[in-house]
Amino acid sequence: MISYTTEEQTLTVAIFGEIDHHTAGDLRREIDRLIRKHLPRTLVLDFGQVDFCDSSGIAVVLGRYKLMSSLGGQVRLCRLSSAVRYIFELADLKKLVQIEE
Amino acid sequence: MKEINSMDLVLAGRSVNESFARVSVAAFLAQLDPTLQEIAEVKTIVSEAVTNSIVHGYAEKKGSVQIKVRLYENNRVRITIRDKGKGIEDITQAMQPCFTTGGEERAGMGFSIMQSFSDRFRVRSVPGKGTTVIVDKYIGQPTDNGK
Repeated sequence: MISYTTEEQTLTVAIFGEIDHHTAGDLRREIDRLIRKHLPRTLVLDFGQVDFCDSSGIAVVLGRYKLMSSLGGQVRLCRLSSAVRYIFELADLKKLVQIEE
Repeated sequence: MKEINSMDLVLAGRSVNESFARVSVAAFLAQLDPTLQEIAEVKTIVSEAVTNSIVHGYAEKKGSVQIKVRLYENNRVRITIRDKGKGIEDITQAMQPCFTTGGEERAGMGFSIMQSFSDRFRVRSVPGKGTTVIVDKYIGQPTDNGK
């Protein structure tokens, strides 16, 4: 479901498969566990291998943004499909996190 | 408006069925030769509506979710998603972007996304009786006079 790499103070989490209400709980818990373990300055969420994402994905990003902010860090999103990019834009996520082109 | 094809699906309101619901509707619509973008939009609409039924409609008492898909002439599609859950007290409030009663785990963007991906979007709800979401959407190129 996820894989991760750490480099200096950046934790990169690649998400695989589908993000919906059913899968979001495990995803949140796994990412939060990695954040608390590695305490990165930047969390990068890689959506390149996400096949589907609905509004549950917005909540996943918002929650991780809140956790990273409380730890003094930031969140960056990369490799979004046009569909995912569109719903994240609807939710105005780019005000809170950096979204790579 | 002539009906060309139809599909009906009834699912237990369990989160594990969210994926099955959206994939089934997308597979049924494959006959219209949709674009990848249209498939993503339809799957998202179905996912949001079914999730609403499960998370909100059946928050207290469990039940089933009914999905009806109707294909009409000119590649017009109607998707109806119905539950017999607790209903929505205030639809106007529920449709506000970022409004949610679902806590931290929900973004409150479901209705905004469904609306944005639909050509026509309606919600009917009776507190204590259930909620019905009706989506009209054109898929692919209309066969004549256009959209």
